[in-house]
Amino acid sequence: MDKAQIKEFIAKRVAKELKDGDIVNLGIGLPTMVANFIPEGVNIFLQSENGFIGLGPAPEQDKVDMHIVNAGGQPVTILPGGAFFDSAMSFTIIRGGHVDVTVLGALQVDEEGNLANWMIPGKMVPGMGGAMDLVVGAKKVIIAMEHTQKGNPKILKKCTLPLTAVKQVDMIITEMGVMEVTDKGIVLKEINPEFTVEQVQAATEAKLIIADDLKPMEV
Amino acid sequence: MNKVISIEEAISHVKDGMTIMVGGFLGCGNPHKIIDALVEKGVKDLTLICNDTSFVDYGVGKLIVNKQVKKLIASHVGTNKETGNQMNSGEMEVTLVPQGTLAERIRAGGAGLGGILTPTGIGTVVEEGKQKIEIDGKEYLLELPLRADVALIAGHTVDKMGNIVYYGATRNFNTLMATAADLVIVEAEHIVEVGEIDQNDVVTPGLFVDYIVDGGDR
Repeated sequence: MDKAQIKEFIAKRVAKELKDGDIVNLGIGLPTMVANFIPEGVNIFLQSENGFIGLGPAPEQDKVDMHIVNAGGQPVTILPGGAFFDSAMSFTIIRGGHVDVTVLGALQVDEEGNLANWMIPGKMVPGMGGAMDLVVGAKKVIIAMEHTQKGNPKILKKCTLPLTAVKQVDMIITEMGVMEVTDKGIVLKEINPEFTVEQVQAATEAKLIIADDLKPMEV
Repeated sequence: MNKVISIEEAISHVKDGMTIMVGGFLGCGNPHKIIDALVEKGVKDLTLICNDTSFVDYGVGKLIVNKQVKKLIASHVGTNKETGNQMNSGEMEVTLVPQGTLAERIRAGGAGLGGILTPTGIGTVVEEGKQKIEIDGKEYLLELPLRADVALIAGHTVDKMGNIVYYGATRNFNTLMATAADLVIVEAEHIVEVGEIDQNDVVTPGLFVDYIVDGGDR
């Protein structure tokens, strides 16, 4: 798989985790692609932390309204049944446990479910935006990312970069497999048939617990 | 009492060294005309409280590019490379605050609260120097209220008493900042007579608004 195919594969598998009626917040980049692969018969509501629920697709060029943008500043639309609100309400929804699932990228994630995804000291300090609140407040936190960064593991025993939140990650989905973060460590639940368990472990610093009923990862 | 004033008069209230709040999210809901006038006037050494610093050429980002901000309190600055440059060179002091915490700190400032307790930031650099309080076995950070000398906000339809109706995703921090400054100026896309806005539709009551400027259609 090339880079684009890997991202699509991950996004498709994440989409299968979403249930009908879920309130979902998608991070920028790969997580945003999840919206393109929602299974038929599943209706979800996308929350945009800048202030609305019912995030719709990008408008046609001549229908762009800069009053309606997503959390990345790009023009979008709002669907029937949606609602606009202010930032206090937006984070009441986020922090208050009213978001069912958030899907975010990561720089690092570790076996305790700690997440680092907002800064690299001395290099990149964009700010945490809404990520810290999302990870603390959402009922389920799914990390969607490529398994390694230039061959280096991103799933570690202990994060070394500044944390976004402590012990909040529930699930990690990469091109190699589907993993669940448990009290005992990271459990490999599904594996992409293109890889062996040994290959997945070699690309992972944390010691993986292999599920008794390990299944093939299908999208 | 006439609250409708010119942009020139409005920005005369913003002076060097003041703390200002500016509503908006990546430029959406920024008071664009007021910002452009501030850039032209060159007010400096400002402390800016805003969700983000938008883009270099859009909205509040222009104040950064023009080096008018000495101190910044925001949740995200990654879309404006000039903010990063001035942060790294030490020209501008930047405090990054989680977005939900920023919203609640401003709300607390306007609501007469002594602070808020949030689980956001526990176990991260955000907790440094802050008091932790345990409630029913769960840890929270005590985050303190924020207020400003002047809040510059944007509304869609505003009547001459300052009652504000917003449009789209523009309300973001505007509703909160309207409550948390000594002086509040709203840039209205449409100014209407008192009575033209249904009382049921008002989001920010006019009592919070000191001055209204005409932003015209954007």
